[in-house]
Amino acid sequence: MGPSSIFSPISTPAYRINDVAILVLVISLGIFMVVAGLLAFAVVRFRRLRADDDSEPPQVYGSDPIEFAWTVAPFLIVFVLALATTRTIYEVQAVTKPPGALDVSVIGHQWWWEFRYPDLGVVTANELHVPVSDPADPTPTFLRLESADVVHSFWVPQLAGKTDVIPNRVNEMWIDPQAAGLYLGQCAEFCGTQHARMLLRVYVHPRAEFDAWIATQKAAAVQENSVAAGRRVFETTACVNCHSVDGTIATGRFGPDLTHLMSRDTIAAGAARNTVENLRLWVDQPDAIKPGALMPAMKLEHEDLDQLVAYLASLR
Amino acid sequence: MSTTQDSLTLSRPAGVSLPLLGRLHGWVVTVDHKRLGLMYIASGLVFFVVAGLEASVMRFQLAVPNNDFVSPQVFNRMMTLHGTTMVFFVGMPILLGFGNYLVPLMIGARDMAFPRLNAFSFWLSLFGGLLLYFSFIGAEGLYGGGSAPDVGWFAYAPLTSRAFSRGNSTDYWTLGLLVSGIGSIGTAVNLIATTLSMRCPGMSLTKMPLFVWLYFVVACQILIVISPLTAAQIMLLLDRFLGAHFFDTQAGGSAVLWQHFFWIFGHPEVYVLILPGFAFASEIIPVFSRKVIFGYPIMVAATVSIGFVSLSVWAHHMFAVGMAPASNTFFAFSTMIIAVPTGIKIFNWLGTIWGGKIRFHAPMLFCIGFLFQFLCAGLTGIMLAVVPFDWQLTDSYFVVAHFHYVLIGGLLFTIFAALYYWFPKATGRMLDGRLGRWHFWLFTIGFNLTFGPQHISGILGMPRRIYTYDAGRGWEIYNLVSSIGVLFQAAGVLFLLWNIARSLRRGAIAGGDPWDAWTLEWSTTSPPPEYNFAEVPTVRSRRPLWDLKHPHDPDWKYE
Repeated sequence: MGPSSIFSPISTPAYRINDVAILVLVISLGIFMVVAGLLAFAVVRFRRLRADDDSEPPQVYGSDPIEFAWTVAPFLIVFVLALATTRTIYEVQAVTKPPGALDVSVIGHQWWWEFRYPDLGVVTANELHVPVSDPADPTPTFLRLESADVVHSFWVPQLAGKTDVIPNRVNEMWIDPQAAGLYLGQCAEFCGTQHARMLLRVYVHPRAEFDAWIATQKAAAVQENSVAAGRRVFETTACVNCHSVDGTIATGRFGPDLTHLMSRDTIAAGAARNTVENLRLWVDQPDAIKPGALMPAMKLEHEDLDQLVAYLASLR
Repeated sequence: MSTTQDSLTLSRPAGVSLPLLGRLHGWVVTVDHKRLGLMYIASGLVFFVVAGLEASVMRFQLAVPNNDFVSPQVFNRMMTLHGTTMVFFVGMPILLGFGNYLVPLMIGARDMAFPRLNAFSFWLSLFGGLLLYFSFIGAEGLYGGGSAPDVGWFAYAPLTSRAFSRGNSTDYWTLGLLVSGIGSIGTAVNLIATTLSMRCPGMSLTKMPLFVWLYFVVACQILIVISPLTAAQIMLLLDRFLGAHFFDTQAGGSAVLWQHFFWIFGHPEVYVLILPGFAFASEIIPVFSRKVIFGYPIMVAATVSIGFVSLSVWAHHMFAVGMAPASNTFFAFSTMIIAVPTGIKIFNWLGTIWGGKIRFHAPMLFCIGFLFQFLCAGLTGIMLAVVPFDWQLTDSYFVVAHFHYVLIGGLLFTIFAALYYWFPKATGRMLDGRLGRWHFWLFTIGFNLTFGPQHISGILGMPRRIYTYDAGRGWEIYNLVSSIGVLFQAAGVLFLLWNIARSLRRGAIAGGDPWDAWTLEWSTTSPPPEYNFAEVPTVRSRRPLWDLKHPHDPDWKYE
């Protein structure tokens, strides 16, 4: 199956859903074979023949036992499905947080994701990093979902079903990915012009690798003298209204935190690879990458643009 | 209106009775249920072509990854208008049109209970639709969005608030639905009153054709569920124009409240749309199987229970909003329960076919297609009722496939069947059978090519309402096939439109009862005179014409 199939589960909620889904699929397929088979048989068997004498067939007004049977049978099937459904709902929704759990706050924005690790003091965007969870010693990640503007939905099919991200409301979900790797998903509730380019990348690391990632994210912002000119451009234009970089005057929260920008693989919520050329294009003409995005075209002189991009490229 | 003129001049060459302007005037001022019914259906067909073209734009854009045939802004407008138009200005008018045309004829009445209200309701519906499309000229949308509504057909708050939807496009959407909703309520009142008080002598409730029963339940549902939608639209207008905060989350409003309001309308609305489809199938399948409907009483009971249970399932559209486990469980149960009466209906149609002598004319072909495709739709519906499965499937292309199997594979197929079946009654001429078979096969192939693969792209993680996607997640082939299917569907529709245009002038003369059918509408001329019946009929059974044709073996001996 594909890299974001709901039938390639890698985390407990997705496994539970996978199991109940297969049960439902098998039962549905059985019903389909029986009913469609009967229909096809009836359509062929009871067609009007060429040699028909044009008399009317016997009129059957109904049959109580038959009708009773095909009322009760669906009831029983539905009852079994309802019980399986209830069990899975509680298995996924009604869990207690184990002591080793990691808390992450997910904030949906038009059209990017903000991730904050409150206990670790880390802030990043669009690329969620979490540790592998060993079933024997689970270290699941509990996500606290909030929205800064409209309704979004957090969906990474291999990890869990989707949960809506709703303004003025806090939702919760959890994942415990059991294999390292990169898992793809995206916003699943229509949220405006660039709903399609609000992609999610979840990086699952072995513990040591995860700790190393946290360490880089907690490090102070890089301050290189060689890009001081670019930093000046950054601090004296509208960039600082929306973006933050630790240790500068930039404390905006409307756009992604840029303190460790170059540690990310993509920009613009997964719309483009994070390369110097794309960064330049993004600052200069955001519409070329993501038409309708709320990042404004900065209209900088070429020299300023070069210096600014050099500064951004130094934010490792 | 001229008294010398027949109620229907569609099939006659122009100019024999009145000049064009006079004829048009006749249509504008008419209160005849048949003319209003035809205008409902005609306006629905025009909007059907428009909304179909909007869908084609979307499928063209999605045929390959990273396509830039249209901008995201245009795509979002197409998506919003396609959904809104198909539900409110195609589905509702066509269904209310058939009800308008046929209910009085089937119960032996000379018109609806309130003919003027009927005309008022039709014109409200039509102008609601025109208002929606006027937004292309008169509105601006989301930031950078230009004109026309672009917030999706269920317009989730707070995307519709002033902060996120500037300009007036959302207001056109709101007002268009508000106006046409009032029209729907008017027609619902009319259908209920007509059914309860205008039946001919001998037609007790238990002797009404199933068609009339289904429309009666639909009318009751419309009366109950359009009201919350109307209320929500008024609240949205208050939010947008007077600074109220019902749905304005920035000021403490609730986004989830809108969803409850919308879906307590929106889910019963699905049944409002599909029950008339059941009504058509319940008339056509018996006639072309040459058998009485199997289990009439349980069919009525199933219809009424669908009507009731459908009022308690709305939150299954909201399993992902983070409701408590107990609420999720309740709505899973209620949703699954509704599969039982729906299943009964399919089984009873099967029982009707069983032992019959099936004639494969176009109406029956479409009904057979309907049975298979609606079965698929029902089973994917069960999957979506399984809450955890729904957490994966909701808002994915699987849902898009599911409800198009309901609304096209189910409803539209029966609408096509009904067009072929009752066209002779309304115009006096038959639609061409050979063109009808082309239409059926092209459309069936195209429909399944388009929507079958969408089940799979949804399972592979493709969310709905995205204007483009990257290659590499396994969605490419399914989207390409899906788009190719559109060509077949469009070709099928062209056959239908050509068939209608041709048959209006040159179709075979139908006579009063071309299908050898059994309900009262076939006992009068085609087209029926303005007063429907020269003499008000008296009935003794559910199939009065069967009784006439088989005086030695009438139905009333067995019912």
